[in-house]
Amino acid sequence: MSDVWAAVLLVGAAAMALKAAGPVVAGGRDLPPRALQLVSALAPALLAAFVVTGTFTSGRSVVLDERALGLGAAAVCAWLRAPLLAGVVAAAVVTAAARAV
Amino acid sequence: MSRTAPSQPPATFREGARAAIPLCVVIGAFGVSFGVLARANGFGVVAPIVMSMTTFTGASQFAVVSVLADGGGLGAAVLAAVLLASRYIPIGLSVAPVITGPAPARFVQAQMVIDESWAVANRGDGTIERGTLLGAGGALYVSWLAGTALGVVGGDFLGDPEDLGLDAAFPALFFVLLASQLKKRQNVAAALAGGAIALVLAPFAKAGVPIIAASAACVFGWWRR
Repeated sequence: MSDVWAAVLLVGAAAMALKAAGPVVAGGRDLPPRALQLVSALAPALLAAFVVTGTFTSGRSVVLDERALGLGAAAVCAWLRAPLLAGVVAAAVVTAAARAV
Repeated sequence: MSRTAPSQPPATFREGARAAIPLCVVIGAFGVSFGVLARANGFGVVAPIVMSMTTFTGASQFAVVSVLADGGGLGAAVLAAVLLASRYIPIGLSVAPVITGPAPARFVQAQMVIDESWAVANRGDGTIERGTLLGAGGALYVSWLAGTALGVVGGDFLGDPEDLGLDAAFPALFFVLLASQLKKRQNVAAALAGGAIALVLAPFAKAGVPIIAASAACVFGWWRR
């Protein structure tokens, strides 16, 4: 088998298993109160990590580039309590404009 | 925003899918770029489509293509992809209460969970809006798959998604959703810790490790209560 197909099958199986682990083992039941507390803090922790890696890293470098301006536009939209879509579109438009300049 | 008051009826799959339409455009565009990149690096036509059907997490898929294209070898490609996908263990636990039915049905529903569907379905208190999660996940799955297929057969008619600023759309989405969750002090602490951990580890650790380490920050947020 080629490396391509081996990678496709192995990664596909691994991703499906990783996604299914929690729901298959613990699905359909309320989490114990302690676990719910942990999980409720998971969202802000992971979201912040996504924001940081998606905006300020490129490979293994920490960078400050046009995406930071896009994030600033999204922050202004959040501050103005604009709809979610407005923040996402503003970020893309500002980033693209800054790159085009 | 998606902060649903308890008195409102739960979102249906259709509402979840509709809410995800703008995201579908962005995900579809990245699907096209994945298809183009995979085809250009010797993946052929069928393998990229099979990968989008089964793996359905863009970060891992792009990692496999770039590691193999750089001559990194099968083991390194699989390791990179699995590290990136390891965040689905804590994410999967957080969605488990709303994934119901027999085990095979739970397995299938769990495949609709990706960063974006999980993020928009998150109520901010540790609970998940089931209709939004599965509706948005299904819509995003279709657009990711369609984008991949377009990319492998149609070539790069879209150009580079980065020229359109689409790479900045994902952190913006996550930021706006995060901002709505910062009323509780423990959430602020968890966000600061998670962001700091990801930033500090980024230059030193393999991709994916900073993210899974940041999810450990939720322990910190809990401990601070």
